[in-house]
Amino acid sequence: MSNLKCRRAPLLGAAAFFAVVSPVFALDSFIVVQSTTSTQNSGLLDSILPGFTAETEIEVRIVAVGTGQAIKNAQNGDGDVLLVHAKAAEEAFVAKGWGVERHDVMYNDFVIVGPPADPAGIAGMSDAVAALRKIADANAIYASRGDDSGTHKAELRLWAEAGVDLAAASGGWYRETGSGMGATLNAGIGMGAYILTDRATWISFGNKADHQISVEEDPKLFNQYGVILVNPEKHPNVNADAGQIFIDWLTGNAGQAAIADYKIDGQQLFFPNAR
Amino acid sequence: MADFAGAFLQSLGLIFGGDAELWAIVAISLKVSLTAVAFACLIGMPIGAWIAVGRFRGRRGLIVAVNALMGLPPVVVGLVVYLMLSNSGPLGVLQLLYTPSAMILAQFILVTPIVAALTRQVVETLNDEYADQLRSLGVSRLRSVPALLWDGRFALTTAVLAGFGRAIAEVGAVMIVGGNINHVTRVMTTTIALETSKGNLSLALALGTILILMAFTVNAAVALLDSASRRVIHV
Repeated sequence: MSNLKCRRAPLLGAAAFFAVVSPVFALDSFIVVQSTTSTQNSGLLDSILPGFTAETEIEVRIVAVGTGQAIKNAQNGDGDVLLVHAKAAEEAFVAKGWGVERHDVMYNDFVIVGPPADPAGIAGMSDAVAALRKIADANAIYASRGDDSGTHKAELRLWAEAGVDLAAASGGWYRETGSGMGATLNAGIGMGAYILTDRATWISFGNKADHQISVEEDPKLFNQYGVILVNPEKHPNVNADAGQIFIDWLTGNAGQAAIADYKIDGQQLFFPNAR
Repeated sequence: MADFAGAFLQSLGLIFGGDAELWAIVAISLKVSLTAVAFACLIGMPIGAWIAVGRFRGRRGLIVAVNALMGLPPVVVGLVVYLMLSNSGPLGVLQLLYTPSAMILAQFILVTPIVAALTRQVVETLNDEYADQLRSLGVSRLRSVPALLWDGRFALTTAVLAGFGRAIAEVGAVMIVGGNINHVTRVMTTTIALETSKGNLSLALALGTILILMAFTVNAAVALLDSASRRVIHV
């Protein structure tokens, strides 16, 4: 009998731990949205979500990570809604049954920012692939996200088109920070590098130093955001009702108007395009 | 370096300006780290004392292991706790991921070895001093643990503060298991990381200053309690 008690003790201890810790932080109705650093660092979500919460009394909890990690987390069932920007990966997520359906939400575009000295001579170009090729030819320092995010995937597509061997350049002029957009901008600006960034993060970024936009307005720099409800059949804990209400709001008139209304210094950061 | 002076002034402005948002973040930081340290002491101190007085096989190895665990990398602890608490993980049913409870659990894991190792050291020294006396009074090794812990309570505050310092300052674990969710799991360190990544370096530095002041405040409070209780005893 006493032997049995001893064996149970650690279990009881663990139970006591959670019993004490859990009720302190009681939860109301909320959803967890796995999203990207660009939507958070640009301030968009902080701007539009209070309106949604006021209207529906659903609290939205944003976990802002790279698109790759966001998709992985959602696949683990650790979120109700996925709001990211890597269309191919999003469609694969739905095709494999992890998500219910993908909806377009909004778009903006990528830009390549660079140091004022412009060692690769790409300022003013509007052909991103040619510009990257010139960066490679000049061995000019380039800072990459290197984190499997949506921006990183877009960048890799452009490099592949430019036919540049990144493996050989890695650690030399091609530097992978393995971190979010803002952290990569901080690092890249510190080393005078060229950086591909989404325009929203760039406009709202507070540590631009002397860096300027070098390349923009290439149709290949188009950046589409999509929203997906995590499949409740895969993960029964998914708050599907509240998640669907959020998606309907975001792709409906109210959400689309809120996205269009978000401006910094008079510049619109995201352009709603839900159908 | 105008940045530093500016950041310091900004931090004072934030502190005395009564920024409600900031105080909410400070409150979550303290709640999480103090709770984690409390649980770590509850578990770590008896374990440390038991290792100190015990005479059993593998004791040396255990001491080395506990000392080594003081250096647990927060990001690895965060990852392991994430995998445990994830809805695809073994403890997913508890629904603790992205809550302060998950952050408390992660910091508890980080802090317990520190408290246990430092307690072991303190109690071992005391035990060397009093072991003969305790045995002559007929007190067994295990029975002497509470007495030794009580006797070493002033020295043990260092263990508590070392644990608290580790908990309040780490960012790697709470970022992963808390998710840095505004008003829910956003603490001082994750806020600093976020503001840095937004390029708001002086705001980030100002928040860093406040975090350091918080650590000072907690340490000063403990020092005051400490000297007050010593006075009571010596009266």
